[in-house]
Amino acid sequence: MSVSVLYAGGGTLLFFIGLHALLVYPHLLRKILAANIMGSGVFMVFVALGARSSDGVTDPVPQAMVLTGIVVSLCFTAVALVLAVRIHRLTGCTTFVQDQEAAGD
Amino acid sequence: MTDAILQQPWFLWLTLIPLGAAILAFVLPRQAHLVGFATALILPFCALLAVRQGTLPHQLFLNAGGWDAPLGIALRNDGLALVMLAVTAGVGFIISCYATAYFSARRHKPDRPHYFWPLWLFLWGGCNALFISGDLFNLYVTLELVTLASVALIALEGGNKALNAALRYLFIGLIGSLAYLLGVAILYGTYATVDLGLLGDALTNTRLNHVAMALMVSGLILKSALFPMHFWLPQAHAMAPAPVSALLSALIVKTTFIVLLRLWFMVFPALDLVVTGQILGLLGSGAIIWGSLMALRQERLKLLIAYSTVAQIGYLFLVFPLARGDAAAAAWTGCVLLILAHACGKAAMFLVAGTIHHTAGHDRISQLAGAGGPVGVLVVVFALAAVTIIGLPPSGGFFAKWLLLSAALATGQWFYLLVILGGSLLSAAYIVRVLSWAFLDVKRSHYPVIPWVMKWPPLLLAVISLLFGLIAHQPLQLALIDAPVAGRVMLEISHAR
Repeated sequence: MSVSVLYAGGGTLLFFIGLHALLVYPHLLRKILAANIMGSGVFMVFVALGARSSDGVTDPVPQAMVLTGIVVSLCFTAVALVLAVRIHRLTGCTTFVQDQEAAGD
Repeated sequence: MTDAILQQPWFLWLTLIPLGAAILAFVLPRQAHLVGFATALILPFCALLAVRQGTLPHQLFLNAGGWDAPLGIALRNDGLALVMLAVTAGVGFIISCYATAYFSARRHKPDRPHYFWPLWLFLWGGCNALFISGDLFNLYVTLELVTLASVALIALEGGNKALNAALRYLFIGLIGSLAYLLGVAILYGTYATVDLGLLGDALTNTRLNHVAMALMVSGLILKSALFPMHFWLPQAHAMAPAPVSALLSALIVKTTFIVLLRLWFMVFPALDLVVTGQILGLLGSGAIIWGSLMALRQERLKLLIAYSTVAQIGYLFLVFPLARGDAAAAAWTGCVLLILAHACGKAAMFLVAGTIHHTAGHDRISQLAGAGGPVGVLVVVFALAAVTIIGLPPSGGFFAKWLLLSAALATGQWFYLLVILGGSLLSAAYIVRVLSWAFLDVKRSHYPVIPWVMKWPPLLLAVISLLFGLIAHQPLQLALIDAPVAGRVMLEISHAR
């Protein structure tokens, strides 16, 4: 088993650990961190598979894609943090409102 | 002169103009509505020119920056992209007209109109970029553009419930797109390209490709709210201001579906997809039945319309089991036509719901009893828009369902026949439920006057959706340009004796 496949496997593992945490933990900050771990896992798979070329030269395209992906995930984290802070200010809660009833005016 | 105009890459301008205008609207918050309205006025013309170009013999691809496919970014302007660009421009324009009136009528409410315009223009540009993207990674980036802008639009109202719905939508979007991206990484690792056409040629029926396909498909069905992943949609769509609800339900849920449609017919045909197609079809059937039943139970008009969207998304997913052999073209055109018809009808319904909410001060269905007066007119507009959702002739919804039905008959899949007809019956039931309350004879108090811009755009959309079936020929022809399906649109159903 080559090193890059090991890294790709590790990235996939990170993706699922993050997914588990995102679904299980109610705290919003933990969810945001978990989403970042998921993203890092995917990026690791990208870079690891890009390094695996026959002539020993690393393929630069996945790295460019990962850079774009990092920018996207940064934007997402920023928006999620703003929303979470706002929810905390309005309600004092750091979790989602659980009741599903329709909002009154 | 005309040659010079037709030489312009208009489908590209449809992406660049709204993105530029979004920045302008953000920098000039006081003139934001003017910038927004001017852009909304220009884009339908660009879309018309793009469609005109599309009907002429034209170059299917535009390589951004002059780089060729494996390394560069290929932009496609095939029939599907053109149809979606055109419907987004048309429906987007009418919703923009409505939004100018809606936000000025609710100036005292915390809707923050000066944020609406930059976000909506940004969303518009993102959608158009998604429709013309020809590679997997570009599709990922544009999906994220669309999700980010929609999250901000849902949060626009600023209340606790809206913020919760927005953040939930953000997490769902993130899970969906990361699952999709993981699939892209696996495909790239094997084939070293993300171009749709090149991948479609190169793919073989291996186990790793099936894993990638499963990751990408499940990510996308989560984002397009297919039953049973629909739980986030009704809250997110019903919490937003009316123009935003209309945008999200009519146009934005379709963006992820378009990605799925492209993947299914362009990248994955080499895989053995019969079982996956049947699973998607069954989930779609579940969505039709469950969404309609939930719509029947809702007390509030906006939630009812949102659940109706869940059901209509289910119809779209029937294309995957039905597009088989000779019936492929019929299912494909039926699906595209349903996207168009639903975009017009659902936008009209949400806009009317917004006007009713504005006029009556609430949108509880039971209190629409004896609506009469100005609200009575609105309920009639609602009924007109609902004709296409139920699928009665001559609406676009009727022809779309007819094509899907004929595909179901031609491929001998009787189960879907029952689902399509049963879904129509259920949707008729929840629409009539709204109407039955409104026509009760109860004396009502005085209602405020409705500005005409809040009445006419929904009526226009409703009439378009009602008569869409009569002009369905042109969009169908357009949708078949460079379509990745074969077969005849009008199927002859042979009597097997």
